[in-house]
Amino acid sequence: MSVAEAPERRDASGRGAAFSGAAGGEELTIVEPLIFERSRATRRAVRFPTASARARERGAGQPELPASVLRSEAPRLPEVSELDMLRHFNRLAHLNHAIDLGFYPLGSCTMKYNPKVNEWAARLAGLAESHPLDPEALSQGSLELMWLLAELLKEISGFPAVSLQPAAGAHGELTGLLMARAFHRANGEGETRTKVLVPDSAHGTNPATATMVGYETVTIRSNERGGIDLGALRAALGPNVAALMITNPSTLGIFEDQIDQVVAAVRESGAIGYMDGANLNAILGRFRPGEAGFDVMHFNLHKTFSTPHGGGGPGAGPVGVSSRLEPFLPVPLPVLLEGDPEEVRRNAWAGRSTPGARFILDADRPQSIGKVRSFHGNFGMFVRAYTYIRSNGDAGLRRISDDAVLAANYLRMRLHDVYDLPYDRISKHEVVFSGRRQKRQHGVTTLDIAKAILDHGIHPPTIYFPLIVEEALMVEPTETESLETLDHFVGVMRDIAARAESDPESIRRAPTTTPVGRLDEAAAARRPDLRYTFAETGAPEAPPSVPTPAAPTA
Amino acid sequence: MTYSPHTDADRERMLEAIGVSSVEDLFADIPAAVRAGSWAIPAPLAEQEVRSELSRLAGRNRLPEVSFLGAGAYRHLVPSVVGEVIGRPEFSTSYTPYQPEVSQGTLQSIYEFQSLICELTGMEVASASHYDGATATAEAALMACRLTRRHRIAISAGVSPDYRRVLETYCSGPGVEVITVPVDLAEGGSGTTDPTAVTEALADDVACFVAAQPNFYGQLEPMPALAEAAHAAGALFVAVVEPTSLAILEAPGEYGADIVTAEGQPLGIPVSFGGPYVGLMAARMASVRQMPGRLVGATRDVQGRKGYVLTLQAREQHIRREKAASNICTNQALMALAATTYLTAVGPEGLREVAELGTTQARHLVGSLEAADVARRRFTGPYFAEVTMSVPDAAGCHAALAQRGIVAGHLPGTDEPALADTLLLATTELTTDEDIDRLVAALEETR
Repeated sequence: MSVAEAPERRDASGRGAAFSGAAGGEELTIVEPLIFERSRATRRAVRFPTASARARERGAGQPELPASVLRSEAPRLPEVSELDMLRHFNRLAHLNHAIDLGFYPLGSCTMKYNPKVNEWAARLAGLAESHPLDPEALSQGSLELMWLLAELLKEISGFPAVSLQPAAGAHGELTGLLMARAFHRANGEGETRTKVLVPDSAHGTNPATATMVGYETVTIRSNERGGIDLGALRAALGPNVAALMITNPSTLGIFEDQIDQVVAAVRESGAIGYMDGANLNAILGRFRPGEAGFDVMHFNLHKTFSTPHGGGGPGAGPVGVSSRLEPFLPVPLPVLLEGDPEEVRRNAWAGRSTPGARFILDADRPQSIGKVRSFHGNFGMFVRAYTYIRSNGDAGLRRISDDAVLAANYLRMRLHDVYDLPYDRISKHEVVFSGRRQKRQHGVTTLDIAKAILDHGIHPPTIYFPLIVEEALMVEPTETESLETLDHFVGVMRDIAARAESDPESIRRAPTTTPVGRLDEAAAARRPDLRYTFAETGAPEAPPSVPTPAAPTA
Repeated sequence: MTYSPHTDADRERMLEAIGVSSVEDLFADIPAAVRAGSWAIPAPLAEQEVRSELSRLAGRNRLPEVSFLGAGAYRHLVPSVVGEVIGRPEFSTSYTPYQPEVSQGTLQSIYEFQSLICELTGMEVASASHYDGATATAEAALMACRLTRRHRIAISAGVSPDYRRVLETYCSGPGVEVITVPVDLAEGGSGTTDPTAVTEALADDVACFVAAQPNFYGQLEPMPALAEAAHAAGALFVAVVEPTSLAILEAPGEYGADIVTAEGQPLGIPVSFGGPYVGLMAARMASVRQMPGRLVGATRDVQGRKGYVLTLQAREQHIRREKAASNICTNQALMALAATTYLTAVGPEGLREVAELGTTQARHLVGSLEAADVARRRFTGPYFAEVTMSVPDAAGCHAALAQRGIVAGHLPGTDEPALADTLLLATTELTTDEDIDRLVAALEETR
């Protein structure tokens, strides 16, 4: 079959036949050529006006760009019509799974519904076209929005101060550890406190961040119940420890039920308590890390507050801090310079502006760690998160965690007889199964199970993480999936477990209905092909492999 | 408003299956001593109410009628087709392509992005994106430290002050010292970095020299000579570029750059009060294993069909943990897609038109300001689409014009006292002749 015909074989839902679960044979060859292969010299999409005669005349006396700075050959960008390029990207879109198409229980990533009103808000011209260096008098709306979002995040987390600047969770970690180090330096302990403690269940970003800040990582083992081993923690804490980084609920989806003792031990040792807030969506209104004694936490706005994941970003990773870390926050900070904060909040919650209120960006903070990103952070994500928090409100935020935890525990109970559950206790928003039984008894690995799930139009759970669970399957259903979807997933998972027993080869062959089958990752790493290679003469003029696109039928 | 689909009956069914009587039981593992107290979160809003609130905030911003503001973020035309593509939920509501069989759309578009960035920069390999130009530049400097096993970094004062601040913060982590090489900022000076000063500043323990083209003040740097000075000291040369300028300016790969970084915002991304943007990074293939961030590579599936995967992941945090090249995990994939669709939409001719219209209007602007005798160029030598102009009482003029909805660019004096009475004015293809007339007239009136 040809490339051009691919769109004609979509089912009524608009999805590629390859995802319908019923296709086979030649339907599998849905391939879209690279945009470079669609290029034809002089074809165009967008055009720009020409400069006026006056513009050329008035600038005539200015210095010319010398030949020495000019490029000799134009970059070989694709030359395509607007329709051709639109079809190209639309066809690529059809090769993706996404939340808006189907269930996406990718543990740790919180793939829940991204409300569309948030997108509407982020596209408002008054916000999207606001320049980050516009004079403060012209930017009061952007600054008020940032200030209000920070106020809400403070309430949610129990921290007295927040910076919105970090661009992602890992970036928030970097910011947090830099502040921890600045704190120790200010206390004359910068040279002695050189280690960061990280549980063995932690995200890889935690130890990687510690290294970026020049710290040595010490791994703390988990106990048999999946929590941090308090004895091992106490033994490791001491005058050379700068911080503990702990994810709570942990990557096992388990709340650290000794968290009060963990925080106390860290405080007592003089170290900084860092809570990785990746799983905050499980505990809204139930546990506030700032109130519980942590010093710093990053929020993942793209997880808990449902800004879209965008195929891998952008996210946003604001940090909340205790009062002892506040002086070290990145600059600038949006602050309310004139006006009563209580009155401004009250008015905003009622949808009113406060006459006379004036916001500024405060860069005059002498103990600040500096800037971690250009300008003020991923503002478009702030708009979405603010919209989301205001839409949900008090009751809605609590319901998010309640329903997320309810759904995860429901899946735990419905599947624990067919998949091993290494830590069989109440979970929070996600539950980690092990495929070890299927591997040992039937030679079906967790990777095979994941690939078999693909054939059901469901994105697989996170696999092989956390590292402390053999053949891990980390399932995060989120609060926005209906009971019918959860039950369907249970059916799929039980069916796969049964087939692993009766017909293991069928699982090992999966997937069979996706646009491509299992890909050779080893070859990709051995012989890296990371960019399009142009033919010697430039872009190919008429490669035989690219047919003339035909109009898709409705 | 809530996005939960559950009816009370659904919740009852789930509780029953779990074997607990209420959802409270599922939170019993939170120690009583640290359970949350009350919080002051406002009540939920219906869609029409939340729209009204967001409209209120958007309305509190006053968008300028005329703006010459750039300084790292530029207003360009965002073609309609770009918004159409990045608005597709298959791209916007998917995540990092961990399962390549159902992520070929994202993976192929990133491969195309990497190819486009290589082509623009004249480099061999490009990463799948970084948070922004400033963090990409900071990561490039740390990458240079790993490649050379050296622990000092030199940077031209012609690189954006914001980038230099972020670089300082990143370098403070592993304790890398940052040396700043001055730029000739004198009235009538070159406004660029002197290669001799680079040679003098670079001892044999400097990992890289970082310079920007065009530089923050709009001036064109002598990049080949700066690269040569860096290389003579055994240091790598990191070029920070403006991506639309590469339609007509020499590709950094041609003048000896070892690593190239850029802010990709001008490629189809709105200024959006500072983000989300996209950081670009490109390098030589020989250094790919020290490169931070995701990379997508082509391969074959079990049936021999072409496909794309995340590759060379042994550099990354989820595999290498404390030995990773960087802690970066989430990047800016959707913004990289915006850049990919933008570059495809405008093509080589369109990008050239953007670059040429910007420079033509910059020359038009300078010619008009000088003809009216309200400002004169601060520096000599060629400039691109942004220019530093000397204006008496620049800060006062800037404030007075802002009152009238005219943003007379950026005030470099806020970061660089030597440039107190200057304005940094940017032009793009969106700058009209009337915009220039209004700025000139407004400056004439403040005189």
